[in-house]
Amino acid sequence: MDTPGLDISERPMLCAGHAACPGCIDALTVRHVLAMLGPDTVAVIPPSCMAIIAGPQPYSSLRIPVYQPTLEASAAAASGLRRALDAQGKRDTTVIVLAGDGGTYDIGFQCLSSAAERNENFIYFCLDNEGYMNTGAQKSSSTPHFAWTGSTPAGKATRKKNLIEIMAAHGVPYVASASASHLPDLRRKVAKAKALRGTRLITLLIPCLDGWGLPDDAGLAAARLAVESGAFPLVEVEDGQRYTINSTKTRPIGDYLGVQRRYRHLSAEQIAALQAEIDQGWARLQRQASLGAGPAPNEARAM
Amino acid sequence: MNNQAAVLLTGNHAVAWAARLARPKVAPVYPITPQTPVLELLTEFQARGEFDAEIITVESEHSVMSACIPASLAGVRVFTATASQGLLLMHELLHYAAGARAPIVMANVNRTVASPWAFWPDQTDSLAQRDTGWIQFYVESAQEALDTVLQAYRVAEQVLLPVMVNLDAFYVSHALEPVSVPAQAMVDAYLPPFDPPHRLDPARPESWGNVVSQDMYYRHRQAAEEAMARVPGLAADADREWAERSGRSWGVVERYRCDGAASVIVTLGSMCGTARDAVDALRDAGQAVGLVKLRLFRPLPVAALRAALVGVHDAIVLDRNHSPGIGGVLHQELRAALYGLPDAPHVHGLLAGVGGVNVPVDKIVSLVRACQGAPVRAESQWVR
Repeated sequence: MDTPGLDISERPMLCAGHAACPGCIDALTVRHVLAMLGPDTVAVIPPSCMAIIAGPQPYSSLRIPVYQPTLEASAAAASGLRRALDAQGKRDTTVIVLAGDGGTYDIGFQCLSSAAERNENFIYFCLDNEGYMNTGAQKSSSTPHFAWTGSTPAGKATRKKNLIEIMAAHGVPYVASASASHLPDLRRKVAKAKALRGTRLITLLIPCLDGWGLPDDAGLAAARLAVESGAFPLVEVEDGQRYTINSTKTRPIGDYLGVQRRYRHLSAEQIAALQAEIDQGWARLQRQASLGAGPAPNEARAM
Repeated sequence: MNNQAAVLLTGNHAVAWAARLARPKVAPVYPITPQTPVLELLTEFQARGEFDAEIITVESEHSVMSACIPASLAGVRVFTATASQGLLLMHELLHYAAGARAPIVMANVNRTVASPWAFWPDQTDSLAQRDTGWIQFYVESAQEALDTVLQAYRVAEQVLLPVMVNLDAFYVSHALEPVSVPAQAMVDAYLPPFDPPHRLDPARPESWGNVVSQDMYYRHRQAAEEAMARVPGLAADADREWAERSGRSWGVVERYRCDGAASVIVTLGSMCGTARDAVDALRDAGQAVGLVKLRLFRPLPVAALRAALVGVHDAIVLDRNHSPGIGGVLHQELRAALYGLPDAPHVHGLLAGVGGVNVPVDKIVSLVRACQGAPVRAESQWVR
């Protein structure tokens, strides 16, 4: 497996002094994303944790230009920005979106679907912390089944929306999930996305220390447990057809649930139900992966 | 003039011609009655290789304006068009565009707002956007629509504010008229390439939209107001400079047969055409009646309105819009503009054209006669 170095350049594009919560892997994740993309990049960042991390005016923690649109408009804004850069001959500049799951799965989904249908040329990163964490942890359609949030005090009654499959169904060139707990896989996927043209989407799991109820140093470990339990499988889908699974399911879901306060109310039956859902989802992924003639399985390794 | 060609055009097609001549680089669009012919002619121009812009066919007007703003901030000229519900759906982004100081030019075809559904001329859609920070023009004819879109870019790019050019549904948008279409070279000489001082450019990273302090926000609004204050003068300059090239001037506030007028009609858009005929009829009957056509509504040219109406006994406002709880928007605005003027006119507010009801010449004549010398009422009157 090609394991590129994990260096963040000497002049990181996400600078020290940013406003992320201490221990949050949002900053770590974005630092590696930007290291792979390079400075010829413009970011669209809607209201989200990342918008806070980007810093208040007149400061910016990012060395690239940032346009902050309204919450529901990222993919439309990225479309307009992309076309304006194209019209100026700046076709090699990479346009990216760094949005949260609320801005992606929920309020921003209409324009994301439309941009994908037009195959607009940008990379959309969803920094998925499974809820509206920037407003104090409320439910989004990315919040998993049974999880506590401020708007689902008895636990969420329905499952997490399957963004990967929905976006893949648009037939866009590249859709993937990645996690900072598996950095070589994450960096490979960003580099792969950068080399393509058209609408590309990578959803990145960002455990929210406060919203999920994790100790300050547990973000990366929780992300790893999410991958290893199959709650957040690492996958990539090319042209909406070729599914590749990049992780293996090696743990029961209980290992992952147990470290998070948002699940501490769960009954044994609910844990069993979640395990059944994950097994069902995993089987579905394996069926998808067996259908397409994808590249050789490229299993990610935890760092 | 040999640098202009007379063509039979609807208001919508005149707008599309103006957009083509202005050479925008990005044009996000979404169809809506009665604006759709603007979109269709632009895409046809592009298909024929006559319109070198990135047309983005997004899924909603909300996304239209969402795409317009960063495209403009990236440093290119941007055009779009909408109507009615589409404009209302954009509302949040209208504020956002003005706050971002993005000099977008947008044509809006004034159509009733739902519910209930209707498709008639009514200006409530755009008048309800008066606090969004957009410059607003209202035009009377297809020719004026074409000329105003060009003038709009001229003004927008000097003050870095977006401009909305409003034309009434059907009366202007779909009526065919002979229109002088200027030659490209003439427009190129009038509209220099857009070259903003700031842009979203990785070669020189600058950002827009970051959170600001109270003081920064306050200063930002103050700067927008200072820019707005320059607009009446710049709009007059843009109109005069266009007149020097095209032979056509529309003014900012037009006074039609107002000399010595005791009664003056004040209105917006296509209603002005009918009001001119009513003024002529009343003048023929020996009555000193004039018309003030308000072409620039935002910023409201208060000084020009006061100058135009000083010494007038009755100002009769014909509103083709409705703000529930206060009545006619222009009635409300004009009273505010004239407040404190010594010997201010009696301002009569008439809800004449709400919902697109027809307001013929003889109706206006009888409304003017009914208002002359009548006591002033604080409320707008339903006068159908």
